[in-house]
Amino acid sequence: MASSAATSTPAAPRRATDGVYNDTAVRLFALAAVVWGVVGMLVGVIIAAQLAWPQLNLGIPWLSYGRLRPLHTNAVIFAFGGSVLFATAYHVVQRTCQTRLFMPGLALFTFWAWQLVIVAAAITLPLGLTQGKEYAELEWPIDLLIAVVWVSYAIVFFGTIGTRKVRHIYVANWFFGAFIIAVALLHIVNSVAIPAGLFKSYSAYSGVQDAMIQWWYGHNAVGFFLTAGFLGIMYYYIPKQAERPIYSYRLSIVHFWALIFTYMWAGPHHLHYTALPDWAQSVGMVFSLVLLAPSWGGMINGIMTLSGAWHKLRDDPILKFLIVSLSFYGMSTFEGPMMSIKTVNALSHYTDWTVGHVHSGALGWVGLISMGALYHLIPRLFGRTAMFSVKAIELHFWIATIGIVLYIAAMWIAGVMQGLMWRAVNADGTLVYTFVESVKATYPYYVVRLVGGLLYLTGMLIMAWNVVMTVRSGKAVAAPIPVVAAAHA
Amino acid sequence: MDSLYLLIPLSVALVLAILAVFGWALHGGQFEDLESEAERILTEEDRPLDSDQASGKSPREQSRDLI
Repeated sequence: MASSAATSTPAAPRRATDGVYNDTAVRLFALAAVVWGVVGMLVGVIIAAQLAWPQLNLGIPWLSYGRLRPLHTNAVIFAFGGSVLFATAYHVVQRTCQTRLFMPGLALFTFWAWQLVIVAAAITLPLGLTQGKEYAELEWPIDLLIAVVWVSYAIVFFGTIGTRKVRHIYVANWFFGAFIIAVALLHIVNSVAIPAGLFKSYSAYSGVQDAMIQWWYGHNAVGFFLTAGFLGIMYYYIPKQAERPIYSYRLSIVHFWALIFTYMWAGPHHLHYTALPDWAQSVGMVFSLVLLAPSWGGMINGIMTLSGAWHKLRDDPILKFLIVSLSFYGMSTFEGPMMSIKTVNALSHYTDWTVGHVHSGALGWVGLISMGALYHLIPRLFGRTAMFSVKAIELHFWIATIGIVLYIAAMWIAGVMQGLMWRAVNADGTLVYTFVESVKATYPYYVVRLVGGLLYLTGMLIMAWNVVMTVRSGKAVAAPIPVVAAAHA
Repeated sequence: MDSLYLLIPLSVALVLAILAVFGWALHGGQFEDLESEAERILTEEDRPLDSDQASGKSPREQSRDLI
């Protein structure tokens, strides 16, 4: 199914294999992304149902919300999102540099080792083994393996850049490169811990110091893993799918440098009204507000790529995925800075509004752009010009979009309601509502959210079927490197 | 706030590193002729990149020779 370039042309002379791209790791990661997408979203649906009907944990500790929730976040972010990023980065860097992957064996190592990380997470998290840091729950032996995979990823990626046959480094590679370096740095700094046994460790930081490091990591993980990496995808696959150059290449370069210069200090907005010094909270708020400018510059740049060719949006469901993902990117990068304003945060923090905000970015931006890129990529990797069923892509798009809207609208209403209920005080200063009354009032919104999640998962299952049919009717073919580059290889 | 003694110097070092890379990109000619770079990814399959690298044959002919 995912035979390498070399095995698909066993009798070809050596020179011919030199003249083709190495897409084995790209194929494996693309297929793994679909599998982990289904798994991660299924776990999300299960825990959404548990919030509406807590007895669904069946009294089994491994299925309790507290253990499945980190499993869900790790599966969708690092297993699904991570696999998409590996696949697209390995694909884009070869095409834009017009050269084979640097050390393709190491690229294959990153695939199998990353799958090992995912399986280890899927075993340890339900067992309750966790460092207790959000989005960095995995225990220290797994953290070490992640660091090894990430360094290997960097060697393959930057090695390919270093051996490029084209002098110019395409803008998508800048985004992928920044994502790879930043995630290595964030992961290593945040995961420093003192082991106390094979599956137990204590963070090197404590108290509010730990909180500051954690959210410096946490928000930059959003910024570099879930934003910069996927912007790399956006800047390659939107022009390719639309068959038009990016609206303004100049703006894309401004977007990149502005984003990476300003991103690093948004983290403290996760710690408003905590023991973190007020000035540090304000710094976080100001940097978060500044981020609106480069984010919207990038969103407009991507969407305007279709300027003068809007009809393509009507006819091409893959472009629908890619362009609508940008509108969700625009929505969440407007909502985020607003929620980082302290007075707004006083209402929104700790409510389901935050959950709605995260999912407008996760389902809308990261999810849709990933699916669009995979729909563009998978047929090409298996020697076909299109997916098995284009109608199924269209169906997937509408089911997913309706699911997202139900999800985020339910969480907005629930979040604002919770915020208002928690802060309501009687004339004598006592609280109007007990906490459990706000939980009870949230119940219908949890059910609507579950319906939204179920729709989104259904779309992903349609995609999985479509991918299976595409791969079964196609075969892995090696793509030739443009000839001038090959002659110099 | 001891952790800021780690994070702030780290950020300053990063900004300096980013500035250095930006300077390299600027003076290394990465930002010259941006319009044709934006177009290139669309036509990269069958077009010679740099005229000094091109031989007499058309890209397609060379492609057939190699594969």
